[in-house]
Amino acid sequence: MRKELQKYFRNDKLPHIWCPGCGHGIITGAVIRAIDNLNLEQSKICIVSGIGCSSRAPGYMNFNTLHTTHGRALAFATGIKMANHDLKVIVLTGDGDCSAIGGNHFIHAARRNIDITTIVFNNSIYGMTSGQYSPMTPKGAFATTAPYGNIDRNFDLCKLGQSAGATYVARGTVYHVPQLIKLIEKALKHKGFSLIDVVDICPTYFGRRNKMGSPVIMMEKIREMSITAKTAAKLSPEELSGKIVIGEFCEEKAPEYTKEYNKIIKKAQGGNQNG
Amino acid sequence: MSKKIMLLQGNEACVEGALAAGMRFYAGYPITPSTEIAEISAEKLPKVGGKFIQMEDELASMGAVIGASLAGLKSMTATSGPGFSLKQENIGFACLTEVPCVVVNVQRGGPSTGLPTLPAQGDVMQTRWGTHGDHPIIVISPFSVREVYDMTIRAFNLSEKYRVPCILLMDEVVAHMRERVELPEKSSIDIINRKKIKPTILDYKPYMDYDGDCILPMANFGEGIPYHVTGLIHDISGSPSSDQKVTKTLLNRLMSKIYNNVADIIEYEKIYTEDAETVIVTFGTTARSVLRAVCLLRQEGLKIGLLRLKTIWPFAHMAIKELTQTPVKNLIVAEMNYGQLMETVKASAEGAFSVYGLNKYNGELITPQEVIDKVKEVAERA
Ligand SMILES: Cc1ncc(C[n+]2csc(CCOP(=O)(O)OP(=O)(O)O)c2C)c(N)n1
Ligand code: SF4
Ligand SMILES: [Mg+2]
Repeated sequence: MRKELQKYFRNDKLPHIWCPGCGHGIITGAVIRAIDNLNLEQSKICIVSGIGCSSRAPGYMNFNTLHTTHGRALAFATGIKMANHDLKVIVLTGDGDCSAIGGNHFIHAARRNIDITTIVFNNSIYGMTSGQYSPMTPKGAFATTAPYGNIDRNFDLCKLGQSAGATYVARGTVYHVPQLIKLIEKALKHKGFSLIDVVDICPTYFGRRNKMGSPVIMMEKIREMSITAKTAAKLSPEELSGKIVIGEFCEEKAPEYTKEYNKIIKKAQGGNQNG
Repeated sequence: MSKKIMLLQGNEACVEGALAAGMRFYAGYPITPSTEIAEISAEKLPKVGGKFIQMEDELASMGAVIGASLAGLKSMTATSGPGFSLKQENIGFACLTEVPCVVVNVQRGGPSTGLPTLPAQGDVMQTRWGTHGDHPIIVISPFSVREVYDMTIRAFNLSEKYRVPCILLMDEVVAHMRERVELPEKSSIDIINRKKIKPTILDYKPYMDYDGDCILPMANFGEGIPYHVTGLIHDISGSPSSDQKVTKTLLNRLMSKIYNNVADIIEYEKIYTEDAETVIVTFGTTARSVLRAVCLLRQEGLKIGLLRLKTIWPFAHMAIKELTQTPVKNLIVAEMNYGQLMETVKASAEGAFSVYGLNKYNGELITPQEVIDKVKEVAERA
């Protein structure tokens, strides 16, 4: 890591808790690099997470950091952003945290189009609790609670976020790091609810259970499966099956929630003056 | 300035008190009989530059309130039974992370959806132990509209001072009742704000007991001092720890900051207790019927007194101890539930008095006549 990036970490809190080969560190590093590239003011950044291996990331990051309850990061983040819209609010969340227990908060934060960047560490499994299936576990995959194979269908988080109202939506992977950094930069610059679904790896639980081989092989697999959103647009549903579509899905201008609320304040105070 | 005399509903008085205390953020989810608190906050908060948001549920409301408080705004939410159950998860988070916030619980009949529009006092124990694990909490309960106003201010003050969630425990009757109230001059209201960091502190440790009084100075997010907050057991730097000593020290401090200050936190009112043979212990709306009954019984020459708890938790053990210095023989605990407070009163009495329960849980207030009947029944038994 470049020396200039050290200031963004709480070096005295290392070593981190993650397993060797876990993808969470790659995403954390990408977030830090995006922040550095944009020259954002460190003390004006607030990073909020839920519960899970991924949600431990903020503890190592030298910003205003809040490690909340399972699934609720976006609710806390909404309060923070409403209270102080000068803060750049970033939510780091796991696939389980975001789409299972936190699913309701996720769709409603997207619906409001509140200016929060949500980055999902999507390893298709509950890592922290040692490998139960999540709403992102692919059909047919194995997990400790799906010993005969998973019959649940998984979400497409980008489609879910977009249809709920998110105004910047993209997918990256832990293999395509330079692209991931660019996507995070764009999300951070976007005014409104931005979502990045990051395809991630949990070699310890998802990898082992599904006999995927070493972390390096899991990364290779991501590379093989990935296609760009542009290419995907030309493919049939059959051709798309088993593919990871990466890139941007939407970038839209729409009224941002805290700005809209500021108009409410003006309206209410105007009404006051007129008696 | 002329005195402000108003005809106010309890729920309205709650918002007036909150605004006077400096509330600038409200997040909630509608539920009878607390809904007016949300509606009035939605109208009044933006007028003073504050913010209101209706969240998707009570879990989210409680989270948003804690987030806003961490970012520096005095924050409140209001709910009733079913919603109060959902808030418990994040109330525990606020207890452990020491984020000030006010939670209003307007009690209705339970369990479950229960009796949405009828009064009860069935959440006494839930306010104390609703969230998991040993934790500190302050619960106060008003019996009149004016007291709703005063106690809402006090709830903010206690919560800011001790960095603990403060629960304002109301019930349907006091919430919906209208009374003529005279509100105090703004200048006469004492406002307490969270302890700030001394500028001499350079390397801020968010969970360090700088002053040795168990109450920590607080930096707000965005003020320029980045730090970590977690719902895991944490060391003085705010980082997760499972060290036994760290755990014990933290939990002891959380308890001590409340229990070292019971003289400041606990309030109660005693009426005619000096010469009473029987004292009725009660709180909230029930105290109105009891007060009426006590006056009527005194006219009949019966030696009856009233102990009204304004602070429910921590429990006013000293008030019970004080009664041992008087001729009191019997305690009657009057409450709209199966006897939740009575168990604590019994434990506190340590056999010094005979303790009886006057309990009603059918969605109706306890009437003065029912209090009178109970007193006479106890007198005959004794
Ligand atoms: C209310 C609640 N329910 C359950 C748990 C247990 N739990 C902790 S982390 C977790 C799953 C996390 O999975 P994910 O969000 O995908 O994160 P990962 O560990 O995979 O990074 C669960 C179920 C909890 N902490 N709180
Ligand atoms: S269990 Fe999985 S997600 Fe958790 S640290 Fe290990 S590899 Fe990463
Ligand atoms: Mg996961």
